[in-house]
Amino acid sequence: MGWFIDFLTSSIGKKLVMSLTGLFLISFLAIHLLGNIQLLFNDGGESFNVYAHFMTSNPLIKFVSIGLYAGILLHAIQGIFIAIQNKKAKGRKYEVSTLKNGNWASKNMALLGILIFAFLCIHMGDFWWKMKFTDSVEMITYDGYDYAVKDLYSKVYYSFSQMWIVIVYLIGLLALAMHLYHGFQSAFTTLGLVHKKYTPIIKAMGIAYSILIPIGFAIIPLYVVVKNLSNY
Amino acid sequence: MELKLKIWRQKNQKDSGHFESYKVEAEEHMSFLEMLDVLNQQLIEQKKEPVAFDHDCREGICGSCSLVINGRPHGPQAGTTTCQLHMRAYKSGDTITIEPFRASSFPVIKDLVVDRSSFDNIIQSGGYISVNTGQAPDGNAIPIEKDLSSEAFDSATCIGCGACVAACPNGSAMLFTSAKINHLQKMPQGKVEHKNRVKNMIKQMDKEGFGQCSNVGACEVECPKEISTKNIANLNRFYLGTVFGGE
Amino acid sequence: MKLEARIPEGNLSDKWKKYRGSMNLVAPNNKRRLDVIVVGTGLAGASAAATLGELGYNVKAFTFHDSPRRAHSIAAQGGINAAKNYQNDGDSVYRLFYDTIKGGDYRSREANVHRLAECSTEIIDQAVAQGVPFAREYGGLLANRSFGGVQVSRTFYARGQTGQQLLIGAYQSLSRQIATGQVEMYNRHEMLDLVMIDGKARGIITRNLLTGEIDRHAAHCVVLATGGYGNVFYLSTNAMGSNVSAAWRAVKKGALMANPCFTQIHPTCIPVSGEYQSKLTLMSESLRNDGRVWVPKTEEDAIAIREGRKTALDIAEEDRDYYLERRYPAFGNLVPRDVASRAAKVATDENKGVVKTGLGVFLDFAAAIERYGKAEALTKGIQNPSKEKVTELGEQVVSQKYGNLFQMYEKITGENPYKMPMKIYPAVHYTMGGLWVDYNLQTNVPGLFAVGEANFSDHGANRLGASALMQGLADGYFVLPYTIGQFLSEEIRSPKISTDSAEFEAAEKATKDRLKSLFDIKGNQSVESFHRRLGKIMWEYCGMSRNAEGLKKGRQMIRDLKQEFYSDVFIPGEENEFNPELEKATRVIDFIELGELMMLDALERNESCGGHFREEYRTEEGEAMRNDQDYTFVSAWEWDDDNPVLHKEELNFENVELKTRSYK
Repeated sequence: MGWFIDFLTSSIGKKLVMSLTGLFLISFLAIHLLGNIQLLFNDGGESFNVYAHFMTSNPLIKFVSIGLYAGILLHAIQGIFIAIQNKKAKGRKYEVSTLKNGNWASKNMALLGILIFAFLCIHMGDFWWKMKFTDSVEMITYDGYDYAVKDLYSKVYYSFSQMWIVIVYLIGLLALAMHLYHGFQSAFTTLGLVHKKYTPIIKAMGIAYSILIPIGFAIIPLYVVVKNLSNY
Repeated sequence: MELKLKIWRQKNQKDSGHFESYKVEAEEHMSFLEMLDVLNQQLIEQKKEPVAFDHDCREGICGSCSLVINGRPHGPQAGTTTCQLHMRAYKSGDTITIEPFRASSFPVIKDLVVDRSSFDNIIQSGGYISVNTGQAPDGNAIPIEKDLSSEAFDSATCIGCGACVAACPNGSAMLFTSAKINHLQKMPQGKVEHKNRVKNMIKQMDKEGFGQCSNVGACEVECPKEISTKNIANLNRFYLGTVFGGE
Repeated sequence: MKLEARIPEGNLSDKWKKYRGSMNLVAPNNKRRLDVIVVGTGLAGASAAATLGELGYNVKAFTFHDSPRRAHSIAAQGGINAAKNYQNDGDSVYRLFYDTIKGGDYRSREANVHRLAECSTEIIDQAVAQGVPFAREYGGLLANRSFGGVQVSRTFYARGQTGQQLLIGAYQSLSRQIATGQVEMYNRHEMLDLVMIDGKARGIITRNLLTGEIDRHAAHCVVLATGGYGNVFYLSTNAMGSNVSAAWRAVKKGALMANPCFTQIHPTCIPVSGEYQSKLTLMSESLRNDGRVWVPKTEEDAIAIREGRKTALDIAEEDRDYYLERRYPAFGNLVPRDVASRAAKVATDENKGVVKTGLGVFLDFAAAIERYGKAEALTKGIQNPSKEKVTELGEQVVSQKYGNLFQMYEKITGENPYKMPMKIYPAVHYTMGGLWVDYNLQTNVPGLFAVGEANFSDHGANRLGASALMQGLADGYFVLPYTIGQFLSEEIRSPKISTDSAEFEAAEKATKDRLKSLFDIKGNQSVESFHRRLGKIMWEYCGMSRNAEGLKKGRQMIRDLKQEFYSDVFIPGEENEFNPELEKATRVIDFIELGELMMLDALERNESCGGHFREEYRTEEGEAMRNDQDYTFVSAWEWDDDNPVLHKEELNFENVELKTRSYK
């Protein structure tokens, strides 16, 4: 076991934790987005709400979601820990700072991470907390189902009718985009996956992912905003 | 050309240090260090202490010269050491800020001179092939693929200047360490000790207090020998292989 | 004083083998009790320290650099010779020996040079085993190229960074010994004096360059691997820190300086661009394999180029004087360095120089680019390639061969050498002279050894290209570790040398007093300004060509300069801190004294040989004229402030017939 602790406390071991948890969270984003697309269905929220019920009640998913929360926490705590260590290792900053040797995102992953974490707190507080631990989300029953589900769909539409929440989401998603822009390909580099032919593909995929996923998420609040505007 | 210089002055390791401004008259064909020579000559004539900076070969190979010039290790040009930088890169009236390489593992000794002995320690921990003098077989006993040898050379071209650490926002020495490990790993002679080398050098690198690599890539941009961050990715893989690989 | 070269008896080709097999050995248990100090950790020093450590001696190694990896060996570009005959072109140990003796203009020891040629092959094996990424052929075997002054391809190389790769190899071996504790490494420590006890070298006094502390270090013997003294000329291809001080301190303690006037002026350096110039940059000699050296045939064209009215491209083929090809048809652009340098001087003396200062000639790759381009087009199966295509392909080939050199040239001069011929001029590069040593590499001071460029032994009056790396590594890896046993085997009963003796005390005090007296001058001129002036005197009177009158004048000027130094130098800062100006001061004053000795040596040697060209002694065609009758000896000088004493070691040539060197 000593070898494993040595590994986890080595610089590369610490990075590997970031890389693996990062990739796990990256894959979660895709699944999350796929589910959320149902918010755009014009079915009075039926498919989305049923789906949300399934996601919160299925024992297997419950188990996976614990892993997810752990992943987020591990990624965040380890990230902050590494950032502090790196700041110490760097020492005094340069008088003249330059971006000519690397992009802004890659040098500010911790800051972006904190922004994303703050966003997550708001996001979870508004939906997950309210849905699970309060009665503020109404119950609804659909034809063909013998049980009532929480109407998270309406809650989402309600939340996104408030402009400040939309803005918070857009900021959070922008931070996410930048975080992914560096994080995606960085995770592969940390795993040591380099190849003359495949690395450029991974890099291109990373860029595409970091743009498309946040845009996908952003479409939902923007859709709600546009829909509300057209209702007036 | 007339230049304004803003230079970091620090009497010794304990001194907290500060910036001082100077004016100097330079010519476009001068090297950057020759411009500093002119400044130092001026200072000595005024019975002041000249600015201390490391330099030796002045042809871009010994790795002694350092300096962060306007925020960039070894100045603005790619693939160039400070000593190879010439004043034609600047124009009259420019202000140039000159700082030492910054990293906790490179403490400032005086003015612009830093202590880079942590690099020596990393090499001593395993950056070699254990062969005693006289033990070698004939040079042509093991053919080595031309391209492989050439790739090894690309890594071996590191001059140990420390610009990678200086450029890294995390003060990480991964490019330096990985270049040496990749160089030796690619040669059949170096494969024998590869696993121990990887483990020991990483351990020493961490012990020296360098930061963790977060794949920013600034090192590659500032490396005067343009050593690729591919070396780092390879090292990550080597390390994982070494730790998790079977007997 | 009788100089004992201690050359073993026997046939030339058996001497070393037999000697190596019959030398006194030191048993492993005794090696552990013996201490060796190695000063300087370049190629020779690092390889020696590493090997001595491997053998089990306790080694203390010193360098003024912050790491052994910074030594100027690192800057050697072209390659390293070895008599491997991998190319099957008729090379052999004897041929390498012969070329080196001849190239050195018959002023080196046969036995030493033959040993060097023998060791050359082992060096390549050793370096390969250390992981040095030499250039290779597609079949995976080592590649070779030819180098100035020889007609076989025996030069091994690693792009244009051979010195770097070999030094890193030696540095890694040294690092391994440091890690085992067998070598104790002292970075940023400069040797300021040699300590002698009962006539033997027993230690050194050093200054810790970071703190200014003066320390004593004792050992059973001392090895100097401190490089050459080309910086006596101020402008040279040496590194800024390269200096003679360690060797000169030994000379002051009675070691002899041999052939100090034998200086190599390298023909292909980037010309001086202005007064502020701090050093000169070499363009590897390998460039002469493909580059053609020329100047315009007429003064008018040369002047037009200097004034910027014309460029090299405006001079028609028939108006160019490819003077090396014209004067030396057999070797053409590949004549040895001394010959090429002097020819450049002749051309510029005729006012045909092509840079502003008048001191520069062209090195042109247009022909090579075309030749390679055509060949490449053929291999690629391109029929009737256009001129542009040929140039493009040719430039690619040239770039593969010399890319980093071309890049370096462009960085320094701001001109693209693919399009415009390079401008080059000779510059001081290497010093063949150095501490006198016997066959064991031991100086006349018992227990004091000198290896690498610091000794005088193998290159005679001129060094062939790619031979310096060979000699440094041969000395360090394969000669000294054996021969040092001859001395140390007699020392196994000597207890650990203490640093508390009166001799150490006195040496430390003398050093401290010397530094203090330098500080106390508190004059008005910078150390650098003295160094520059010294360099000008040396270049003017003891440079590419010398004459008696100039040498006398030069010597006097240097003596005056020394006086002025002692009355008017200004050293800023404090003694007990990191103080580069103080370091420079102690080095420059040693250079000044050495400069005087060089003038004297050049004056005493009434002949022209190798890098030493006396205007009075030349043939009607202007070629160097040796005087074998009277000067087939090594000049070994004993220092004296007023009248240095000359000792002569006769050179006996038993295997080689002394001929006039001809490259025509």
